[in-house]
Amino acid sequence: MLWELFVLFFKVGCIAFGGGYAVMSMIQREVENKGWVGVEQFQEIGSLSGMAPGSIATNSATLIGYGQAGIPGALVATVGIVLPSLLLIMLLAAFFIKLQHRLGVRSAFYGLRPIVTALIVYAAINFGFGHHSKIGELLNWQTFGTLLICGGCLFAIVKYKWHPFAVILASAAAGIVIF
Amino acid sequence: MKLAMRTNGTFPFKLIGQIFAVFLKIGPSTFGGGYAMLATIEREIVHKKGWMDDEEMGDMVSIAGSAPGGVAVNSAAFIGYRLGGVLGALAAVIGITLPTLAIVLMLSLTYSAFKENAKVEAALQGVHASVVALILVAAWKMMRSSLFDSITWILAAASVAVLLFTGLHSVWLILGGPIVGMAAVWIRRLRNMEVRTEPERREDDQEPMMPEYYI
Repeated sequence: MLWELFVLFFKVGCIAFGGGYAVMSMIQREVENKGWVGVEQFQEIGSLSGMAPGSIATNSATLIGYGQAGIPGALVATVGIVLPSLLLIMLLAAFFIKLQHRLGVRSAFYGLRPIVTALIVYAAINFGFGHHSKIGELLNWQTFGTLLICGGCLFAIVKYKWHPFAVILASAAAGIVIF
Repeated sequence: MKLAMRTNGTFPFKLIGQIFAVFLKIGPSTFGGGYAMLATIEREIVHKKGWMDDEEMGDMVSIAGSAPGGVAVNSAAFIGYRLGGVLGALAAVIGITLPTLAIVLMLSLTYSAFKENAKVEAALQGVHASVVALILVAAWKMMRSSLFDSITWILAAASVAVLLFTGLHSVWLILGGPIVGMAAVWIRRLRNMEVRTEPERREDDQEPMMPEYYI
């Protein structure tokens, strides 16, 4: 189990361009395929991970690892997702520091960034509303409340520049009122 | 680069310890995204410790932002490596990861203990909605810095459609994107068209013009 956890999150770590949000749906897909975590449970894990400081993907890895194999599982999964970045950054820091100015590298990122954007947009849709299999199931109080709070948060962040932690606390209070 | 502390040949316990301590302190502040944390790193590493100068900090930001993984962990690895080699990188990454690991585990255990309480469950549903909002903010910032011509817009829209309506694994998109990007630039150069790989910077733009790699 520990080895499986390590391999899965190592793979996720290798393609985690764009940080945490972009790989959330990939993590969900992989752990659901393995039957480790159900849809509802993943929603919980994602919410708890988003509340804590640090990358949402790394935090999810920690919690999924903990759920599968306790503290050793949490450690192994976290090491797995962080290790690829650590190795690659050491390589880059040692040898290729000016690589990012080459045209080939820049044009690769020119094509990669829209993909990462798409992955983050998809993560928002999937994480917010992806647990319903049919469109009809979306029409309920639950979805309405989520949209309402989500809209309020966007307003607070964009208009009033609230700190993310304040936004999260306020939405927890709003959740108690609405749901 | 101040590597003086490594030159005497003995194991640099003191330096490694210091690197660990600094990142342990930065760890909990990595809340809410890359740039909030970069400001803390700059204050601690550049101003307080004098370990790096502004130019190196700039290099670090662009490397940490474009490599896979969170910008916080990547920055820690970069700074740690530059200061204390492989051990320095390890100390920095462990230092920045440990507090968040502990915090998220405690949060999860606390939640499990009160899960049966309807109010706690409702609160987490509220948090769920706010995390969706935070992801949307990251998406918006990412759009502003990466979608600026027809190719990038089409590529992003097509990818969202593929993700929503097909079962294609996202790794294929991540591999395909750079190929499309390089092909597009190559064709434009063959036809002597203007080649632009980043959006034009606006004068009034305060934020650094790089992809907003939220952690």
